[in-house]
Amino acid sequence: MADKKIKKSAKKAKTSLTVVFSIISVVYILPIIVVLINSFKENSYVKTETFKLPTAESFVQWANYIKGMTFGNYPFFKSVLYTTVITLLSSFLILLCCSMAAWFLARVNNTICKVIYYLCVFSMVVPFQMVMFTLAKTADTLKLNTPWTIPIIYLGFGAGLAVFMFTGFIKSIPLEIEEAAAIDGCGPIRTYFSVVLPMLKPTLISVGILEIMWIWNDYLLPYLVLDINEYMTIPIHIQYLQGSYGAVDLGAIMALIIFSIIPVIVFYLTCQKHIIKGVAAGAVKG
Amino acid sequence: MADVTKKKKAKKKDYSATVNSKLMRKPLKRVFPVFVLPMVCAFIIGFVYPFCQGVYLSFCKFTTTSNAKLVGFENYVKAFKDSGFMHAFWYTALYAVVSVVLINVLAFTAAYALTQNIKGTNFFRTILFMPNLIGGIVLGYIWSMIFDGILSHFGTSILLETKYGFWGLIILMCWQQVGYMMIIYIAGLQAIPGDILEAADIDGASKWQTLWKVTIPNVMPSITICMFLTLTNAFKLFDQNLALTAGRPFETTVNADGILETVKTTEMLALNIYNTFYGQSMSARGTGQAKAVIFFILVAVISVLQLRSSKSKEVQQ
Repeated sequence: MADKKIKKSAKKAKTSLTVVFSIISVVYILPIIVVLINSFKENSYVKTETFKLPTAESFVQWANYIKGMTFGNYPFFKSVLYTTVITLLSSFLILLCCSMAAWFLARVNNTICKVIYYLCVFSMVVPFQMVMFTLAKTADTLKLNTPWTIPIIYLGFGAGLAVFMFTGFIKSIPLEIEEAAAIDGCGPIRTYFSVVLPMLKPTLISVGILEIMWIWNDYLLPYLVLDINEYMTIPIHIQYLQGSYGAVDLGAIMALIIFSIIPVIVFYLTCQKHIIKGVAAGAVKG
Repeated sequence: MADVTKKKKAKKKDYSATVNSKLMRKPLKRVFPVFVLPMVCAFIIGFVYPFCQGVYLSFCKFTTTSNAKLVGFENYVKAFKDSGFMHAFWYTALYAVVSVVLINVLAFTAAYALTQNIKGTNFFRTILFMPNLIGGIVLGYIWSMIFDGILSHFGTSILLETKYGFWGLIILMCWQQVGYMMIIYIAGLQAIPGDILEAADIDGASKWQTLWKVTIPNVMPSITICMFLTLTNAFKLFDQNLALTAGRPFETTVNADGILETVKTTEMLALNIYNTFYGQSMSARGTGQAKAVIFFILVAVISVLQLRSSKSKEVQQ
């Protein structure tokens, strides 16, 4: 009898938890819904009637979206394009160069390797503001201020975490597999690409996701390094529009925010499992 | 049986990740330029050189890197005398304390509730984690619109009062980070071996006792990580601070020397450093670099201290 009662109350508690979390979920999505609603309103109504559905007079259909594309004398699709180029190139470069370096560092492990490794670990605790001014100047003198060259800066500044995570994983891979490859006549390059790299896949995904999330949303580094008159990324573009005081068209900005969130949400929903795993793995090692 | 002994032997063998055999080590060393050099070159450009130059410049007076003149500790003295910087420091510290406590309590509660086998767990996790992928600048503008939408009904704005700016930032950061920390806590909670919990249950421990005496000590590593992450995130916070209030409201006061001083009341450390560099007067750049070095030391010390103190509390497994 008592057992049944406990079971019943436990079941009740579980259903009430589901209800509570359903409410929380709705509250969680609400800010994005509000942005979506406001992206269809005329500018002057965004501030006064933020939480009301668009009425006949405030509804502007797709006008904000059309306007947003060329708003601020800079085409928005260019920002999207540059952000994509920078994110993909940088992540690829970080994954390739850092995993190769990490393998070498873990396997050779002499004094030079140790120095490089500890420098990488050290770089993880250095905040960006520490190097921001000198890094921007260095990038400027070396002409690394275009979307096609900025990945080198990202590789340099982001190397710490990547090398740290890769080294940690490589140390747990049994050496015997590589030894077998060497005995079979593989050189180091071939051993790496056909034996080690496939084994690194889970870490490659984790690191890749962390880097993509970081670079896609990064504001300060590209803002200081890139030549802003020619190249903008999405965060720079949105900050630029809001920061230009006076005639800020909130409706159009809301439309742009929706534009910039959609790819992120699509990316999240398609590789959700990897993202959540990657975050957990990255945190545990970091 | 044979299998078990084999495994034991493998475990007993003093295992090392370093290659020792000549067959592999020599050819491996020869490929140093291919494997390590690209990363090291970029690392020097992107970190080592700017870092060293940054430390050097903090002792200099300069407007660009080419006209630097050594001035000793003058910049540091100026940095500590700067009331805006000190205000930013205390403001950041207060924000850090509140956000670390709030985010971790909320995230742990959510993680605990979502590991109780309730319906729709995966869906809730997906939703709670989602805000994390939105960038700081975008987040800031989303929330400034929402706060202004609410506050305009009361005839005020988030830019007009410090306390609104503070709590606004806290709400924003909770919305963004709770999901992330929750994922780490869930990973920790799921790693607790079931037999420990079962043993507690058999011994007659109540749910509350089990939580405090068994669950929490066993997720101590996750708590360490999350505290560490939220604390450093709080100190490094920049994008959200810039987009939400950018330091407003400003307060003008007369300092001890009778000079007018403007303090940006919701400005945090990272933003203060940025404004010192790229604000109106280029002559303050030396002070800005000194502030950056102080900021770096602060963040580094916190990271080291926290890792040490929490590690000693971890349960040995």
